[in-house]
Parts: sequence; C-alpha cells; structure tokens
Amino acid sequence: MKHTIAVLVENEFGVLSRVVGLFSGRGFNIDSLTVAPTNDEALSRITLVTRGDEQIIEQITKQLNKLIDVIKVIDFEPENAIEREMVLVKVSAEDQSRAEVLRIADIFRAKVIDVTPKSYTLEATGAPAKVSAMVELLRPLGLKELVSTGPVVIGRGAKGWKG
Amino acid sequence: MKMNGARILLECLKREGVDTIFGYPGGTVINLYDELFSFKEIRHILPRHEQAGVHAADGYARATGKVGVAIATSGPGATNTITGIATAYMDSIPMVIVTGQVPTALIGNDAFQEADIIGITRPCTKHNFLVKDVKELPTIMKKAFYIARTGRPGPVLVDLPKDVQMAQAEFHYPETVEIRGYKPNLEGHPKQVEKAVTMITQAKRPVIYVGGGVILGNAAAELTAFAKRLAIPVTTTLMGLGAFPENDPQSLGLLGMHGTYYANMAVSNCDVLIAIGARFDDRVTGKIASFAPHAKIVHVDVDPTSIKKNVRVDLPIVGDVRDVLAKMLKAAEQVCPDAKVCQDAIAPWTAEIEGWKAKHPMSYKQSTTTIKPQYVIQRLRALSDPDAIVATDVGQHQMWTAQFFGFTTPRTLLSSGGLGTMGYGLPAAMGAQAAFPERQVMVVCGDGGFQMNLQELATIVQNRLNVKIVILNNNFLGMVRQWQELFFDKRYSSTCMELPIDFIKLAEAFGATGLQATKVDEVDEVIKKGFATNGPVLMEFKVAREEKVLPMVPAGASLTEMVLAS
Ligand SMILES: Cc1ncc(C[n+]2csc(CCOP(=O)(O)OP(=O)(O)O)c2C)c(N)n1
Ligand SMILES: [Mg+2]
Repeated sequence: MKHTIAVLVENEFGVLSRVVGLFSGRGFNIDSLTVAPTNDEALSRITLVTRGDEQIIEQITKQLNKLIDVIKVIDFEPENAIEREMVLVKVSAEDQSRAEVLRIADIFRAKVIDVTPKSYTLEATGAPAKVSAMVELLRPLGLKELVSTGPVVIGRGAKGWKG
Repeated sequence: MKMNGARILLECLKREGVDTIFGYPGGTVINLYDELFSFKEIRHILPRHEQAGVHAADGYARATGKVGVAIATSGPGATNTITGIATAYMDSIPMVIVTGQVPTALIGNDAFQEADIIGITRPCTKHNFLVKDVKELPTIMKKAFYIARTGRPGPVLVDLPKDVQMAQAEFHYPETVEIRGYKPNLEGHPKQVEKAVTMITQAKRPVIYVGGGVILGNAAAELTAFAKRLAIPVTTTLMGLGAFPENDPQSLGLLGMHGTYYANMAVSNCDVLIAIGARFDDRVTGKIASFAPHAKIVHVDVDPTSIKKNVRVDLPIVGDVRDVLAKMLKAAEQVCPDAKVCQDAIAPWTAEIEGWKAKHPMSYKQSTTTIKPQYVIQRLRALSDPDAIVATDVGQHQMWTAQFFGFTTPRTLLSSGGLGTMGYGLPAAMGAQAAFPERQVMVVCGDGGFQMNLQELATIVQNRLNVKIVILNNNFLGMVRQWQELFFDKRYSSTCMELPIDFIKLAEAFGATGLQATKVDEVDEVIKKGFATNGPVLMEFKVAREEKVLPMVPAGASLTEMVLAS
C-alpha cells in the first residue's frame, strides 16, 4: 500500500540525511520525497511517499518519531487529505502532433511554458492520479523529459497543522 | 566568568556528575587536554587505543548505570571509536563521546585528520551534535547527557572543532533542557497494565521473558517482586542476566540459541509470554514463525519501535519498565489478593517445567584429563565474591559464562550482546574496575578476542586497575570452529590459532602477574592465587580444544530443535 507521510522536522543541517539514512539503513522504500521550510522558519516539512504493509508503515512512522529532530509525523488518510504534485514535461511536437499536445494540455489545464518548432514544454499541477493520466496520454507522442516535484499533502478542514 | 570552550566542556562534565573519563589526545583535542592538565576534579584514564577507551566508558556505564564518557581526537581517533560506539548503540548503553574536529573554517576541505564523524556515526548513535559556536556548548552538552540517559538509553556523540575549544564565552549551565522532538513516554498506560495483568492472571502457562531493558531501567527488584507474587517462571536473554536471581527455583536461565532446554521448551509451550525490556532478537527467537506459537504476547518496552518490530504483539505497553512493573504488581495484588490462589492455578505448568529441568538440566561431561571450560566458569563463581563483576569477550567462553556462572545481581555481567564485539571484554572490565576499585572485577576472554585489545594490559597496570583476566585458551576461534564442525564438515578454515602464545611472559612484559593451569586439579589453585594476588593478574586455562557450546538451536531453526549435550 502507498502512503503519503508528512514529517515536521527541525530546520537544521543534517536532518534530511537522518531521515533518508533511516530509510536506506532499514530497507524501507521511498517513492518520492520533497522538503522545504514552513511558515515557521525553524521548521521544515518533508513529504514522502512510501510503500509497505501495515506493520512496515507502523515501523516507519515509529522510527521517524524516534529521531530527535523529528517533531511530528502524520500518515495521511487519503479521504482526509489533499495531495498535489507538479510536473514539467517536454514533449516532441512536430507537424501532426502539435495540435494534439495542445489539446491534451488544455484538457488537463496544463500551461505551455516553453515552445520550439520541435517541442512544447508543459507545466501541470494536480492530484497525482490526474497528472500521471496526462503524462500517459503524452507518452506516445514522444516524451523527451519529465520532472516531477513528487506529491505534497495537506489535511482537509479548517485546522492547521504546526509544531 | 569567561572561559574557553575546552574548559566549558570540562565544567559541563563536572555538572553532570562525571568523575572518570577515558580519552586519547591528538591535534584537535590538545586544547582540551591542556585544560585537563590542571582540572583535578575528573579522573582521566589513557587507554592504548580509542576503541578500548570507548569500551571502557561502556563498561563503566553498564556497571554503574551512569553515563560513560570517552574522548578522541579527530580523523583516525574518531574513526577508531566506531566499533565502541556501535557496540554501545546495539545494547542501549548511555554514553557521551566527545571528538575533536578540525577548525570550523576547514570543515569540508579534506583538512588534515578530518573525518565526517557526524555522518559516519549517524546510524550508530542515538543522536549526534556538531558544535559550531562556543555559546551553544553548554546547552548541547546538557542535551547530550539528557538524551543519552533517558528513554531507551544510547550513545550520543559531540563533535567539537578546535576553534570552538579555543573561543571564549561566559559559562552558564542550563538547569533543564527542552527538546520538542524528544519526549520519551515513561508512564505505562494504566488501562493497558490492567488488561495485561488480567491476561496474565488468567493464563495457565505463563512465562516472563526478560531482556536488558530491565537492567538498564533499574527494575530488577520490581521484576522479582512481580514474578514471585504470581510464581511465574522467568527466562532471560544474555543482556537480561542478573535481572532475576538464577539460583531462584523460578529461574529458567538463558533462552534462545544457547539457552537451556527448559527455557526454550517453556517459551515454546506457554500460553502467555510476558516480554519485558526485550526486543525479540533473532538469536533469541530462532525461527520467528514458530516462536511461542501458542502464546498471547504482552510486550513492555520504553521504545515504541521495539514493539511489533518482528513479532505480533497482543498487548503492547510503552513505558519505563520500572514504572510499569510497579503498576503490574499493584494490579496483581488487587486481582489476586490471596497470592496462593494464583500460584496454585499454575502449579501443573510449574510441574511440567520441573519435568523438563529434570530431563535435561544444564550439563557437560567432566573430564579428569583436560580442563573443561564450563568447569572453570563454575569454579570462578564458587571462588569469587558474590558481588563480583564479570566482563566477557565474545565467543564460546561468553556463552559458557552466561550458561554456567549463575548471575544473581543486576550489572554484574558486562557483555556485548547485540553487536557481539570481540575485543570488548578487557577494556570493559577496566572501565568497571575504575568505577568500583573495591570490588572484584574479572574478564573471561577467549584466546582470540583477548588479542584484539591486549594493549590495554598497559592501561590496567599503569592505573593500578585490579582486573583479573581469565583466558579460556582453546587455541581456536572456538565459536566459529564450532559452526565449522557442525555445519561445514569440520573444515577449520582460518580458525586455528596456530601460533602458541606465551601468555605468562606477555603479562609479565606489561608488569602484570601471569598464572597458568593445564590440569584439572590446578584450576582452583590458580583461581585462588589469582584473586589473592594484589594487582592485575592474567590466568590462562588450557581448556579442552574442541568442546562445544550446547544446547544449540541452529540459526534459523525453531527453539524446540535443539542440539543437546549428550
Ligand atoms: C570483531 C569481531 N570479529 C569477528 C567476530 C566473529 N567471531 C565470533 S566468535 C569468534 C571466535 C572467538 O574466538 P575466541 O576469542 O578464542 O573465543 P572462543 O570462541 O574460542 O571462546 C569470532 C571470530 C566477532 N564476533 N567480532
Ligand atoms: Mg578461543
């Protein structure tokens, strides 16, 4: 099972390597990971996507909590959270396919951020499933390059989630 | 008052109640050593290798329950500490290791004797700190000691650049620290405790399985009171030895790979297993799928990550083992006001265990011609003080000590369990002796492991540390040889120590006394003389070379598949 886990950490040097080292040292998977400071400058927030059965996910959250620099760990339940990711895709776009790329971009509300006679570069944001649906439609047209932020996640409702 | 960082460090140690440290000088700690020169409140012991310095601090910590402190210089000094730190980490020993570091401006430049010790020790410390500003030093030291000794204890490393040692600052030691990401959960949940005690008192075949957490958590008295109240049999891991008196009829001794027949049978047939401060190590459980197959499992541990890590747990209690055991005893007194009723309820189970004990007691074949290693261990127990401290190295001799010594008191066995570090014993004994100059301290080593840190004979003699060194000399890397005998058709690849060493001369070269026993009737004589001699003594026992440690559960087999002593 895929899990998206948010980890609030002290914004100190070496913290990311503690988190990543935990995953590599214990053989846990990381599918994606993003990290950036929060509205509180002393804190950073890591969002990571991992896989495993219930027991492994329980170990992952416990092990993360055990790190001294980790302040909070939330294993988000999909129904209570909103996930978004951004991708930048460079697609070949020559005579026949130029219009097709634009049509797909339009359907997914992606923006064209760079144009050449041979390519379009698109920016798309959305739920991971939506973004990957777009990428799959573009793939047969000739995907030259793909870069993704990986998902970030926030809880639904009025309550904010700080330290 | 203004002082330099080196002096601040020493003041911090003093405030933490540190009286003895083990350290080795070098370029990036020379300022610290200069301050130490005139700082008389802390005893500094110079080992002959940084690894040994850390093991000594570890032995000091295990024997006293206090935080052990070691110092090393940057680069090679720091990397030499790794085995010591990893050993302490695996066994959850509270320690603070201070390493020198190149000046902050040079960090990352491949400077002379620079090593990224923070990066290197990240996976083998509970936490580590690089001090970048002398003003942060007192708070970091306060945090380091707090983290090392609370919750599940462990080693903490503080990396201290040379310029920070030289920089001046006002010294204020904080009274308390607040670490928002670190809040060990100490109080066991009362509801969980209640449920656990109900489950335990309803059990027909309960067993208590005790790990090192009971010793680290100073909970031996609470454990014993609880177990005695309900008359539940108790088995311990290597790290748990001493938590429950082995001369008590309820004791089942060691369990696991080299555990007793009756402990392994009891665990395999119990209906409720009460694991306390233990972590279900593979050397204890054998094949995990058939471990305690009929049992509901209650697991008490201060570290939530220990719970459900490798076995299913029916009733977890996160908390300080001492607090939880005290609560469990209270609850047991309520559930079972008449102790005898509960005790009688499990009488058939106790009788069954007695049957196993009678069928296969711990035994070995005595010989009149060669010295049996197990015999030496039994004689050491008989001829030493009841509160003697025993360090061991790693190998067959370690398992024989665990099986045959009969530990009755916590913190009297110092042994590397989790990492299984050869070379641990001698320096650990040295650290314990520095902590308790008046007590008997001995180390039981193999001929192989002794050679991994034998340079410490110099430290022991120089500092008049009255350590009694027992070498069970089989001229083999015995434990590996045993595996080769059993599983590799006796192909003794690189396990025979072909060179005979004159251990007596070796001891004498360092200024210690050397004694040797080659015949059975010399054993008592050598032990008595060794203990009666003032100062460090090396006692070499030429033991049966191809003796095996039995019972043995082959790696990966179930606990019931024991190879027994014939
Ligand atoms: C540092 C280290 N290297 C290798 C091993 C693997 N090992 C475990 S026991 C053992 C043999 C120890 O021989 P000795 O010290 O003579 O003790 P004996 O088993 O003969 O009692 C070895 C090599 C280890 N535990 N630690
Ligand atoms: Mg040997």
